Amino acid sequence: MSTVVFARHAMTPAERLRDAGWVAFVGLILGIPLVGLTTVDVGGRLAVGTRFGLLAAAVATVFAGRLLLHWALDQARNRKLARARASTATAADRAHGAQKAVMLLGWVALGASVALPIFYSDNRYVVDTATTVLIYVMLGWGLNVVVGLAGLLDLGYVAFYAVGAYSYALLSTQLGWSFWEALPVSGALAAGFGILLGYPILRLRGDYLAIVTLGFGEIIRVILVNWTEFSGGPNGISSIPRPSFFGLEFARSAPEGGQTFAGFFGLDFSPMHRLIFLYYLILVLALLTHAFVSRLRKLPVGRAWEALREDEIACRAMGMNTTNIKLSAFAIGAMLGGFAGVFFAARQGFISPESFTFTESAIILAIVVLGGMGSQMGVVLAATLLVLIPEFGRNFAEYRMLLFGAAMVLIMVWKPGGLLSHREPTVRLNPLGKPAAAKEAA
Amino acid sequence: MMDTNSPDTATATLLSVQNLTMRFGGLTAIDDLSLDVPAGSITGIIGPNGAGKTTLFNCLTGFYKPTTGSLRLDHPTHGEMRLEALPSHRVARDAQVVRTFQNIRLFPKMTVLENLIVAQHNVLQRASRFSIAGLFSLPGYRQAEKEAIERAATWLQRLRLEHLADHAAGELPYGIQRRIEIARALCVDPVLLCLDEPAAGLNPRESAELNALLLYLCRELGIAILLIEHDMSVVMNVSDHIGVISYGRKIAEGTPEQVKNDPQVIKAYLGEDDEDAENSGNAVTEGAAA
Repeated sequence: MSTVVFARHAMTPAERLRDAGWVAFVGLILGIPLVGLTTVDVGGRLAVGTRFGLLAAAVATVFAGRLLLHWALDQARNRKLARARASTATAADRAHGAQKAVMLLGWVALGASVALPIFYSDNRYVVDTATTVLIYVMLGWGLNVVVGLAGLLDLGYVAFYAVGAYSYALLSTQLGWSFWEALPVSGALAAGFGILLGYPILRLRGDYLAIVTLGFGEIIRVILVNWTEFSGGPNGISSIPRPSFFGLEFARSAPEGGQTFAGFFGLDFSPMHRLIFLYYLILVLALLTHAFVSRLRKLPVGRAWEALREDEIACRAMGMNTTNIKLSAFAIGAMLGGFAGVFFAARQGFISPESFTFTESAIILAIVVLGGMGSQMGVVLAATLLVLIPEFGRNFAEYRMLLFGAAMVLIMVWKPGGLLSHREPTVRLNPLGKPAAAKEAA
Repeated sequence: MMDTNSPDTATATLLSVQNLTMRFGGLTAIDDLSLDVPAGSITGIIGPNGAGKTTLFNCLTGFYKPTTGSLRLDHPTHGEMRLEALPSHRVARDAQVVRTFQNIRLFPKMTVLENLIVAQHNVLQRASRFSIAGLFSLPGYRQAEKEAIERAATWLQRLRLEHLADHAAGELPYGIQRRIEIARALCVDPVLLCLDEPAAGLNPRESAELNALLLYLCRELGIAILLIEHDMSVVMNVSDHIGVISYGRKIAEGTPEQVKNDPQVIKAYLGEDDEDAENSGNAVTEGAAA
């Protein structure tokens, strides 16, 4: 691989050509099975046909594209260098600028998400997709506690999502609990599972930790598939009650002794009411999650999580009980995942183990990593991207997941620390905005 | 805030290491070592590389469980404590024996101020009452946080670091990171401060500043210091008392003058014969510095 480099130094034209040649060669090898060979229908039988013309075009495109990419990167680098030379901004000013930009982005995102159903009140697809984005944002914020702040690589996060979803599904279908009654209980159950997982892996780190969490995620899924009497097995649980708006059902006709949402407000019944309600519900849940996690980050427990990520041994030398810190991170991350699971079950009305596969864990983890570990706004950006890219990709049919993967690779090449890697300190001795006064004092 | 030991108690023993042995499989890192650390003074530990000095610190601070032997701490408020029975976080939290590391272990992405506040975790965590008081920012927690910041600021000022408070600790120069690590350890409110090669990588001017700091901590604030150091300009100048370890055994103990002239010590450092004792004073200095 040494011939294909993401060079930081300026490359000579010969190096450029060689590099592009190598990339085209890789493209050729990948392209032979993907593009060069195809199956054709010959009188009802399948035969292997060739498309070498197309393959040659693809390889040529790769070659030209690589050259173009390098040219574009050069341009970008030169501009960046020029800017760096021109600016006299100090590190503190830059931090201030970054923080302001993130704040602005946050407010814009909040405004857009509040206004979205108003503009798309009759577009089921948009509201549905936005709801999915918000579920992933919430899951990302939950996992951010474990991975981004505490630095504990968790590959089985979807297990807690499943615990939340199944708790609500079973509590509501078996015991008739309402959404609001089941929400805290399911969250607590998920937190309990978080601690359950936390105990055996206290001594593990890095790769080993990841493997055990991966196993835990699979155990939960396999139990759900096989314990048919309890969870309905692969058939899942259906007709899960939907949440009501303060007791008002979203239905065409009122249940006995009840009232419908549309009837109460004198509106014509529309199935969109429920969708928009669900959208705002997850928006509120996600915002609460954000407020909760942001606040925790500035509390001793949050700082302890970050310190644990930075250096566990130093934590112990400072008298911190790392056992409690790890367990609290697992419990709180799991609880937030559980809440998201409850919402998921209530929104879908049907759940089965298929919704809780490893792929889900991987996507949630990708959201946290792409967003920038520990960055709350980064999670929003990454979740939006990772949900929307496959949606836009629907036009590309079978190339959808290829596009998805390519986008992830590009983001990591372009921003190795994640989309938003700026870390805002939890506390400052000299608050930003008045650095001059601080310097005089010092 | 500090437990100030008056000078007349300086002769009392704060920490008593008795017959300490630490084996890793077939390797005996520390072999039947006994050592007393007096209260309110600076005790230096020297010895060639691999002598078991850092292993001693690891046993002392609960990172290793000693194979045999006892570590008795005469804590000013809690009375006698057995350090070998405590897990590492309780050694720092309850026994207030706090260490630094040979290879600096800061929280690199956190700011200097955050590093110092994390060191006050236990006080703040209590004040935040399982984070509930903290979540709602109740007055009791706000007050505790303010005090923690003030305390960190005081230490930063004393160590002339306050202009760096909001910088990420990992981005600062090596010598400054060493100072931050000491400041962070001081925020834990130590009774005994264990410094593992605090002068490593410091230039002569920084070493001189370190000397002044150690003397200030010990003489003015009454913090007992246990010091592992190779830089003889530091050890010989500030230590009241020095223990020399070689191959896990204590080979000499005494004042800097006594240790400097001890033939055993010279032999351990230079492997030379005892006859050459004439320039022994310099020999230790040069041998250790090399």
